[in-house]
Amino acid sequence: MSMTVEIDEPRCVAAGHCAAAAPGVFDQRDDDGVVVLLDPTPPAGEHGKVREAAALCPAAAITLRDRGGAR
Amino acid sequence: MTGPKALPIAARAAGQPYAPAAELYELQADDRLHRVKVPSPLLGEFDAVAVTRYEDAKSVLNDERLRMGFSLDPDAPRTMLNQPGNLLNYNGIEHSRLRRMLSGGFTVKRVRGLRPMIEEVVASRLAALEEAGPGADLVQVFSTPIPTMVICELLGVPYADRAGFQRRAQVGLDVNTTREEQIRNLAEMDAYMATLIASHRESPGDNLLGGVVRDFGHELTDDELIGIGNMLLIAGHETTASMLSAGAALLLQNPEQLAVVRDEPDAAAGAIEELLRYCAPATTMPRQAAETFHVRGQEIREGEKVVVSVLVANRDHALSDGDLDTLNVRREPVSHVTFGYGAHQCLGQQLARMELRVALPALFNRFPTLALAVPPEEVDYRTTALVFGVRRLPVTWTREEAS
Repeated sequence: MSMTVEIDEPRCVAAGHCAAAAPGVFDQRDDDGVVVLLDPTPPAGEHGKVREAAALCPAAAITLRDRGGAR
Repeated sequence: MTGPKALPIAARAAGQPYAPAAELYELQADDRLHRVKVPSPLLGEFDAVAVTRYEDAKSVLNDERLRMGFSLDPDAPRTMLNQPGNLLNYNGIEHSRLRRMLSGGFTVKRVRGLRPMIEEVVASRLAALEEAGPGADLVQVFSTPIPTMVICELLGVPYADRAGFQRRAQVGLDVNTTREEQIRNLAEMDAYMATLIASHRESPGDNLLGGVVRDFGHELTDDELIGIGNMLLIAGHETTASMLSAGAALLLQNPEQLAVVRDEPDAAAGAIEELLRYCAPATTMPRQAAETFHVRGQEIREGEKVVVSVLVANRDHALSDGDLDTLNVRREPVSHVTFGYGAHQCLGQQLARMELRVALPALFNRFPTLALAVPPEEVDYRTTALVFGVRRLPVTWTREEAS
């Protein structure tokens, strides 16, 4: 199953959960900590960490979709 | 009732300072939302909807119809709820604009870069504890200095000024004060911070406050910069100091779990999350409904205030099937709300985590025989302030084993 990650940058509050949970997929901008999506289609091995990142995000700024487009 | 009042949403069971009071569990078990009376030196006692369930807490803390900063009024005396610059007094785009001026200082990467400085600070306090000897008060020698030194270094606040700003922070968080005392106390805080801001205006220092003045000074008033500085200084030392003391006191009463923190570096991060969930030292500030809306079908009317109990929300079974009333540092980390939720979730949370992850394992490794120097029931907990903590924590150890 492939996974597509989308971020809603204006919502981001720079709490850092995503960059801590899945550093291969998410980073933070140096100047304001806002999320940087490094890999919008992460490999299967990262899916668990990406789900954790999305669940922890306090601003619901991360949306995950499978290939079919459903959440 | 005599004696100091506790906030109802932070009420702890008699003789069990880590446990929510029975009334909080009762509120949580009831499907209906209840109103409670909340004491407040700034607002006077007010009625508020008490939110005690985990899902409700996340939902209301992420709801833009609930506003902070409802007391902002340039013509009224300055208080913590009426202070420009303080992120907790802003909403929406205005809040986001201010927060993003500061959030670069607290990213995961930035905090990782601070680790060597934090380790140095912790090492200096372990040496001080050794020198103070058995019977020393962990709060005075270890828990308070560590986050204070770290935030001073980060912000560019002289550590030598700590007696004054620590005292003012304690007063600011004390629910059992008068409005007049709070106004006077904030005026002192502002006067102190104004001198620091003025010197950064003249020559911005190589630190967070200097950076904010350098990068955003042209679009911020001095009052806003003072509010930003006060907020970062108070939030940066008071809550982490509480977590260090409350976490250490708790682990010293649970030796098997202390051993995990001491001996298993890979388990430390998860253990710290569990301590954060279980201790839940901070309270969230009240919100006010900008319009009438519903939570689980129940009306919250426009103008009503809402308060959230982080303490009992962190024990809600919606979080986990496990026994959440028992400390379990090996628990699979759960998504607690100790740092709040939504747009206002703690700006400094990654820094707090790093300080706790460095300091607690180092403490128990340096002093493997560390123990309470008083019976557990004699530990003096602070249960009536906006931030839970420990007033005094005398500890002892066997000197031979402390190398």
